[in-house]
Amino acid sequence: MTTPLHFQTVTELSAALAAGSLTSVALTEAFIARTHAVEARVQAFNSYDTDDALAQARASDARRAAGQALGPLDGIPVGMKDVIAVRDQPLTASSKILAGFVSPYDATVTTKLRAAGVVLWGRLNMDEFAMGSSTENSSTKVTANPYDLSRIPGGSSGGSAAALAAGEAPATLGSDTGGSIRQPAALCGVVGLKPTYGLISRYGLIAYASSLDQIGPFGRTVEDVALLLQAIAGHDERDSTSFKAVIPDYRAALTAPRTHPWRIGIPKEYFGDGLDPEVSAAVQGAIAYYKSLGAEIREVSLPHTPYALAAYYIIATAEASSNLARFDGVRYGHRSAEADNLHALYFKSRAEGFGSEVKRRIILGTYVLSSGYYDAYYGRAQKVRTLIREDFIKAYGEVDVILTPTAPTPAFKRGEKSDDPLAMYLADIYTIGVNLAGLPAISIPCGFTTAGLPIGLQLIGQPFAEADLLAAAYAYDATHDWAKRTPNL
Amino acid sequence: MTYEAVIGLEVHVQIKTRSKMFTRVAAGYGQPENTLTDPTVLALPGALPVMNKAAVDAIIKAGLMLGCEIAPVCKWDRKNYFYPDSPKNYQISQYDQPICIGGTVEIELPGPARNIQGEHKGIPLTRIHLEEDVGKLNHGVGGSLIDYNRAGTPLMEIVSDPALRSADEAYAYLQSIRTSIVYAGISDCDMEKGQLRCDANISIRPVGDTKLGTKVELKNLNSIAFVRDGIAHEIARQIAVTKAGGVIVQETRDYDGIAGTSQSLRSKEMAHDYRYFPDPDLMPVKVDADWKARLAAELPERPFDKQRRFMAAEADGGYALPYTLASVLIPDRELSDWFEQAAKLAGAGRAQAVGNWIVNDLLRELAASATVLATAKVTPAALAELVGLVAAGTLLQHSAKEVFADMVATGEAPAAIVARKGLAAAPTDTAELETWCRDSIAANAKAVAEFKAGKESALNAFKGAIMKAAKGKANPKAVDETLRRLLAAL
Amino acid sequence: MQIDIDHLAMLSRLALTPEEKVKFSAQLGDIIGYIEKLKEVNVDGVEPTAHATPIFNVLQADDPRPGLSVEDALRNAPVQRDHMVVVPRVVE
Ligand SMILES: [Mg+2]
Ligand SMILES: [Zn+2]
Repeated sequence: MTTPLHFQTVTELSAALAAGSLTSVALTEAFIARTHAVEARVQAFNSYDTDDALAQARASDARRAAGQALGPLDGIPVGMKDVIAVRDQPLTASSKILAGFVSPYDATVTTKLRAAGVVLWGRLNMDEFAMGSSTENSSTKVTANPYDLSRIPGGSSGGSAAALAAGEAPATLGSDTGGSIRQPAALCGVVGLKPTYGLISRYGLIAYASSLDQIGPFGRTVEDVALLLQAIAGHDERDSTSFKAVIPDYRAALTAPRTHPWRIGIPKEYFGDGLDPEVSAAVQGAIAYYKSLGAEIREVSLPHTPYALAAYYIIATAEASSNLARFDGVRYGHRSAEADNLHALYFKSRAEGFGSEVKRRIILGTYVLSSGYYDAYYGRAQKVRTLIREDFIKAYGEVDVILTPTAPTPAFKRGEKSDDPLAMYLADIYTIGVNLAGLPAISIPCGFTTAGLPIGLQLIGQPFAEADLLAAAYAYDATHDWAKRTPNL
Repeated sequence: MTYEAVIGLEVHVQIKTRSKMFTRVAAGYGQPENTLTDPTVLALPGALPVMNKAAVDAIIKAGLMLGCEIAPVCKWDRKNYFYPDSPKNYQISQYDQPICIGGTVEIELPGPARNIQGEHKGIPLTRIHLEEDVGKLNHGVGGSLIDYNRAGTPLMEIVSDPALRSADEAYAYLQSIRTSIVYAGISDCDMEKGQLRCDANISIRPVGDTKLGTKVELKNLNSIAFVRDGIAHEIARQIAVTKAGGVIVQETRDYDGIAGTSQSLRSKEMAHDYRYFPDPDLMPVKVDADWKARLAAELPERPFDKQRRFMAAEADGGYALPYTLASVLIPDRELSDWFEQAAKLAGAGRAQAVGNWIVNDLLRELAASATVLATAKVTPAALAELVGLVAAGTLLQHSAKEVFADMVATGEAPAAIVARKGLAAAPTDTAELETWCRDSIAANAKAVAEFKAGKESALNAFKGAIMKAAKGKANPKAVDETLRRLLAAL
Repeated sequence: MQIDIDHLAMLSRLALTPEEKVKFSAQLGDIIGYIEKLKEVNVDGVEPTAHATPIFNVLQADDPRPGLSVEDALRNAPVQRDHMVVVPRVVE
C-alpha cells in the first residue's frame, strides 16, 4: 500500500514533483483536503488561506513547466508557526492582543522560503507568544496531540508539530526558546531541529526572549529537516545577532564518510529523578543502537544543569517583559474599548489582550529587572549562563555530540498542569540548557510508550556544527521507521 | 547667607545621518507624517535593530572633539518606560558602558565689555552616549496624534558633571558644545528643529558648602536664550523659596520661555524604574586605535584653539586679530576658514584689515542679499587683492567700499572694477602730485612754520587743497610722504 | 518572598483583577522561591553572558532604503487620523 501524499516525506514529494508525476497544485489540494478532514479534531491552524496557497502552487508549477524550478522545495507546502511574519497574512502569536493584525512585511525566513519556491501554507497555533510547553496557553484554540486527542501536543510550537504529525503539512517551521521545537517534536513523533543561535535570522520572528529564540524546522525525517534548514540558514544583515557562518550542503553531509566513530556523551545529570521509565528505556535503546554502530559512549558531566531552569526563567522573562512592551494598543493590536485616557489605554488593552501565562512572565521579568534586584537575579543568571555554556564546551573536548531524552515524560493530559506553572516549566528541563548555551539540538523519534505515545531523544551538537549533528541523528533515524508510524485520526 | 548654584546639563544632539540609528529607512525633518517608517521604526512584531555605522562614527568624533576617552568596548541597553511617542516602549541607549567617558568642554565667559575677552574654563563631562529619538506627539482636541518620522533618529546625550555655577556658564557651555559639534559636521544643532535639546539639573547651596542640595530638573529649554533665562529663573526661585524658609522638593519643572515662568510637571506616574538591561538584539562595539585614528584625522581644529591661534602674534604664526574680530569669526567654521585663506593671501600685516572687511562688510552684504558664504561670488583671493590695493594706497577706503559691493554682487576682480570705474587713487603721476603739494605749501606759510616747530598735525592743513586738486582721489600715503619730503627740504 | 504585585503591575502596565493579584502573588512567590536557588552557585569572577554567540561591531552603512508606505505603516492602527496614529490626549 502506498503512503498517502499527506504522510509522505518532503524528500519523496520533491522527487515526485521533479519527476512530473505530481504537481504542486495537486499536492497543495491534497493538504487542503487533509486539513479539512482532520483539523476539527487537531486544531493546529490559527489561519490558512487556500486561495493564496493555490496561487503559490500554480506559480510553482509554471516555473517547473518552464524549466525554472527553484530547488528541492519548489512547490512543497510548508506551515509556519504563527509567530513568523508573512506579508498580507495574519500574524497573532496566538494572542488576543494581535487579533486581526495583518503583517505588512515578510520575515527573512519567509523571504528565503519564497526564494526556494515553497508554498507558504497556514499559520500554526502555539502557546501565546511562545510561552508554554503545551500549546494550552493559546488564546485561539487548544491543539490536540494527534496520537491522543485528549493530550497536549507539547509547546510552544504545538501547532507546528501536530499539523505535521496529523498530515496537514509535510513540513513546518517553529521557534525554540527553551525547547519549543524539540519538546513538541518529541511528543508528536516527528523530527524537530533547534539550530545554533545566530544561524537563522530572527528578523520577522515575534520575539519572546531575544537571546534564546531560534527558528527551526520540523520534518518527518532528519533528511527533510536538512532540506528545510538549507533553505532558511544563513547570515542576514537585518539581524545583528545573525552569524556569518559558512553554510555547507546539509543533505550531502548526512551520508558523508566519517574519519572516526561517533563519540557520544551521556550527561549523567539528564537521567535523574523525574524521568519517565518508558522514556528512559527508549532512550537507552537508542544509546545501545549507537553503540552497535561502533559509537563510543562516554559519560560526561554538565554540573550546572540543576541551575539551568532558574537561569532560563530569569533571562527569558526579563527579555520578554521588555519585548512585549510594544504590544500596547497604540500602533496596532487590541485597544480596549475603555481606553479613554492614556493610562486605561495601556493598562486595559494589555490586561485584556494578554493571557495569564504571558502576564505572569511579564511580571516576573519586570521583577527580576527592577531596581535593587538586578544583580541578585538577572546579573547572576547571566553568569550562571556562562557556566552552563562552559560545561558544554568542556564536554565537547571529549565527545562529538551529547545525547539526552528530549522531554522527561510523554505527552500529558490537557489541563493536567495548567494551574501549576512551576510543574509545567519542568517539562523543559532537558531542553533549556541548549538555548542558554546557544547550541544546536535535534529531537528525533526513538519509540512509543505502551499507550502509543511518541518518545523523542535529543542530540546536542557543537556551535554551527549542524552538519555533524544532522549526520549523527540520521545514523539513527534512517535505520528506524518511527516516522512511518502515523496517528489514527 | 549667600548661595551658589550647582548645575549639570544633559544635552541631546541629533546626529546628521542619512538613515536612522537602528534601521536604514531615511532620517529627515519636515517630511509628510509617517512617511519615514519601517517595521523597526514602528516596532512591528518581529522587527529588529541594526546599528548605523555613521552614527557611531559621529559620536566617536564628538568624543574626540571634547577630549573624551573612547571606551574600547561599549554596549547597548534598553531603558524601559511606556510613552506613546516611543514605539517599542523602551529606548535603546547606553547605561553602564557608554562609548565616550569623561572629557572637558572649554567655555568662555562674558568679558567685562563686549570687546574684552572673558575668562576661559574647562567644564568636565561625565559621558556621552548614543541613543535614539522618539516620535512627535501633536496634541489636539480629540486626542494626541503621533508622527513617527523622528522616531529612531540617532541622538547623542552629552552629560556634564554638576560643575556649572551660573546661567551664564550654562549658556557658554551650550554655545561651546554647539560650536564644536557643528565644526565637526556632526549636527547642525538647530534648536528650532529640535536638533539640540537641553535639560538642566539645578540645585543651590550656601557658598562654602560641599554637599549638593536637592536638585530640580528643568525641561523644555528649547532655545539657547531660554537655557540662560530658565536657569537664572530657577536659581532665583530656589533661593527665594529657601530664604522664605521653604524646602526645595526634587521635581521636574517645565520652563515657559515666553512667559518666563516655570511649573512643576506633576509626576502622573510613580517613581521611574527604567529596568535597564543589555539589549539582546544588539552586539557590543569595540573601537580600536585604527578606527579612532581614522576619525581623528577627519576632525577640525577645536574652536578655541583656533581662536587662540587667530589672536596670536604674527611672529607666533597667528594673525594678531583683536578679540572683537576673532569672536565673530570663530563660531562659524566656514567663515573663519574663509578669513584664514584671505589673510594668508593678503600677506603679513593685513589680517586685521581682512577681518574687518569680513566682519563689517561681507556679513552685512551676505545678509542683505540673503546669500550664504558657500555660494557667495566674492572669493578670499579677491578680498586679499582688495586689501592689497588699499594698503598700497592705490585705492582709497571709501572707494574700496564701492568696489567691494560690486565684488559681492558680481564676483568681478577688484582691479577690474577699479579700472572699469576709474576709482584708482590719483594721481598716478608723482610729478603732478608734487606740483599740488608745492602749491599747497606755498599757500600756507603759517602751517609751514608750525610744522617746522614740531606740530605734526599742521600737516593736515596742506591736505585739503591737495585733495581738492585731486578731486578726492589723492593717495593719502603718497601725499603724506611727498609733503614731508618737500617740507624737510625747506 | 514578599512581592509588591501592585508596583510590578504598574511597571508592566497591566490592570490586574483582585483575584489575579492574589493568584499571581502566590505563583510568583513559588517561582521566585525556586529561582533563588541560583544563590547557591559561586559566580565569583564569572563574566556575564548577554549573547550566546559573541559577535562585535555589527554595523550597517548609512545608506537609506525604502521603508513602509503610510498605508502599510498605519494598516493596523486601531485609530488614525490625518495619516497619524491617535491616542487619547496625552496630558503633559
Ligand atoms: Mg537623560
Ligand atoms: Zn537621553
